[in-house]
Amino acid sequence: MKLKGSEIIMECLLREGVDVMFGYPGGAILPTYDAMAKYDDRIHHVLVRHEQGASHMADGYARATGKVGVCIATSGPGATNLVTGLATAMMDSSAIVAITGQVPIPAIGSDAFQETDVTGVTLPITKHNYLVTDVNELAYTIKEAFYIARTGRPGPVLVDVPKDVQNAEIEFVYPDADVMLPGYHPPSEARSHEIDGALRLINEAERPIILAGHGITMSGAMNEVRELAERAQIPVALTLLGKGALPEEHPLVIGMMGMHGEASANLAIQEADLLIALGMRFDDRVTGNLKTYARNARKIHIDIDRSEINKNVKADVGIAGDLKAVLTQLLPKLPQKSHPDWIRRIRDWLEDSSERDILNYETPGKLMTAQVINDIWRLTGGNAITVTDVGQHQMLEAQYYPHQRPATLLTSGGLGTMGFGFPAAIGAKFGQPDEEIWAIVGDGGFQMTLCEMATARQENINVNIAIINNHFLGMVRQWQELFFEKRYQATPMVNPDFCKLADAYDIPNRRVSRRDEVEKAVDFARGIDGPTLIEFVVEKEEMVYPMVPAGADLHDMKRRPKPGEA
Amino acid sequence: MAEASSENKMTVVALVENEPGVLNRIASMFRRRAFNIDSLTVGRTHRPHISRMTIRVVAGPEYAMKIAANLQKLVNVIDVRVLDNEPHIERDLALIKVRNDDADSRNTITEICDRYPARIVDVGPEVAIIEMVGTEAILEAFIEEVKPTGIVEMIRTGVVSMGRGTRIHDTTLINRRKLIEAASRARQGNGRIV
Ligand SMILES: Cc1ncc(C[n+]2csc(CCOP(=O)(O)OP(=O)(O)O)c2C)c(N)n1
Ligand SMILES: [Mg+2]
Repeated sequence: MKLKGSEIIMECLLREGVDVMFGYPGGAILPTYDAMAKYDDRIHHVLVRHEQGASHMADGYARATGKVGVCIATSGPGATNLVTGLATAMMDSSAIVAITGQVPIPAIGSDAFQETDVTGVTLPITKHNYLVTDVNELAYTIKEAFYIARTGRPGPVLVDVPKDVQNAEIEFVYPDADVMLPGYHPPSEARSHEIDGALRLINEAERPIILAGHGITMSGAMNEVRELAERAQIPVALTLLGKGALPEEHPLVIGMMGMHGEASANLAIQEADLLIALGMRFDDRVTGNLKTYARNARKIHIDIDRSEINKNVKADVGIAGDLKAVLTQLLPKLPQKSHPDWIRRIRDWLEDSSERDILNYETPGKLMTAQVINDIWRLTGGNAITVTDVGQHQMLEAQYYPHQRPATLLTSGGLGTMGFGFPAAIGAKFGQPDEEIWAIVGDGGFQMTLCEMATARQENINVNIAIINNHFLGMVRQWQELFFEKRYQATPMVNPDFCKLADAYDIPNRRVSRRDEVEKAVDFARGIDGPTLIEFVVEKEEMVYPMVPAGADLHDMKRRPKPGEA
Repeated sequence: MAEASSENKMTVVALVENEPGVLNRIASMFRRRAFNIDSLTVGRTHRPHISRMTIRVVAGPEYAMKIAANLQKLVNVIDVRVLDNEPHIERDLALIKVRNDDADSRNTITEICDRYPARIVDVGPEVAIIEMVGTEAILEAFIEEVKPTGIVEMIRTGVVSMGRGTRIHDTTLINRRKLIEAASRARQGNGRIV
């Protein structure tokens, strides 16, 4: 069968099981857009309003499904608009394949119209990238791209396809053999001495703690981690992206760790004599000052990326491997254990934390973000997929919306990308059409990608937008309050009327400024099959506590004030 | 990333796919991770699709292991080894242009070259070029001796290394390009590539 490069791209996407792609057309990718028409019944193209949106949608789709998300853009400005999304996906190990048009091969290097060295630009923010210079290599390259994106430690892969390669016609046969890359062998199982080493440390520990990261979900090791925790009675602290890896209602789960983590979790880490780090990478937002971090603890670190081991924290036993495979090796040899004193000690800290919890004291006449989020949790039965933006609302989501299932909190952790939440929620809904999806966004971040309301309308996609409007770049304001003597330089915002905006996009909406209106508005949004928007007008100068100031010791937290102290 | 802690030099050897842009990927990784490199050389091997790099870093073994892990992560890097863990041969080559315009300097240079594995490869009325091959340490000692005579120009290739004995650092993996070609050839057949 004779096919053009553009058609080969579509054939390859079909073979990879792609059913939706997010993109924006332009000159250099036009042949592929033309070929798309023929495949419209099998691969749905979502027309975004800014390519950044396409990259976050592909990311949201990938995070929600565990499959590869696909975005597509034209050369030059189209491709550079993907950059933020690729960097976001890279930091959070999200599997996306980006296809970009490029100027024809003879024009490459001539500063042709809309020419950008996209493989050069994206080199440090992709897991791998390709410039396809021969149509004969196109199919195999796309196959490799998907393989690299989804295997090992997942990540974004970009394929740059010159226009003449899209137009070239060849006899097409799909390369059906497995991808074989001489330099790419993600680790899988552990060596037996590594397993023995880990078992020895677990057996010797009196105050062990599991640090549960994103890798658990990506490896599908939820049951194994749970068994490890239960059999050896080890408390579990979660990273932001680890939320949902174990049900948060599980008695051994002691909450989120890190900068805005629970005091009990951070104190437990500092007091522990063994950290068992599973699929996490000791980000500075998790460790605080490395010099004083978990000083009395030995460390077992299991991660699929060998370069993460000993990067920030030195491991006594470091295992580069697939978490599920490694735990499957380890569990049969793991004896029952119990640490009643240790668990009792952590429980005391937990009680101290909940006493200070904002939900446990009256805030008459005020609408607090924590309450809004906790109400959304209650009204959705804790069962929605929430996709957050970045800022105070994001940290409060993590604190006040307990997640029971993996991949139900989608958030930009590593890069902290404002503007991620809303488009990623759209992508997630395409991946999980039967799930209830809430985009919980700040008034600042929402304005970075709100143009995607048009996309949501055009697709009639059922995503509920909850804007937490504090009229501030709240998280930055918090830092200014704490560390810059309340000099609110460039953080107060004069915002548009979000409800009128939603009206303009023909999106049903409500504004809520009192606690007793929350339930009605949430029910309203849940009752509509299509996009909705609720603006929650909350207190302007709320704080997110606990907080470990950047670079401070992890135990050196600013605690939540007790009622009366506030 | 981490600072170089000790003054010892470590040698990392990598087999990489001989493809456009690979050197750029490696250089970009070193820059991004802020790894300090002392020297980096790339050259061909007996397999046309594979190049071999020798990277020298001023650092301890832990640092070298970090570099190795990050190199290995690159898709085009086939295999990485930290050579200091095993006996190995290392060579650096220098071309040194020295002043040669009086009998004294001519004599000194000939005398020094006699004591080192160095040869004078070009002689003119004013300058001569010396070629010197050896370990980094010998090269440095040689350069120190030649310095007083007046070095006017110099280039060093950087160190290349190879482990001794039968622990072979090589790959018999076939060229990925060959695979792709096979895939396209298979168009006539059943589409299966081997
Ligand atoms: C693209 C981008 N620019 C800047 C920042 C820095 N930043 C982090 S949080 C924040 C404020 C977010 O404000 P808003 O969206 O209103 O959320 P809030 O903190 O008020 O809940 C800013 C500016 C960022 N994370 N991302
Ligand atoms: Mg705000």
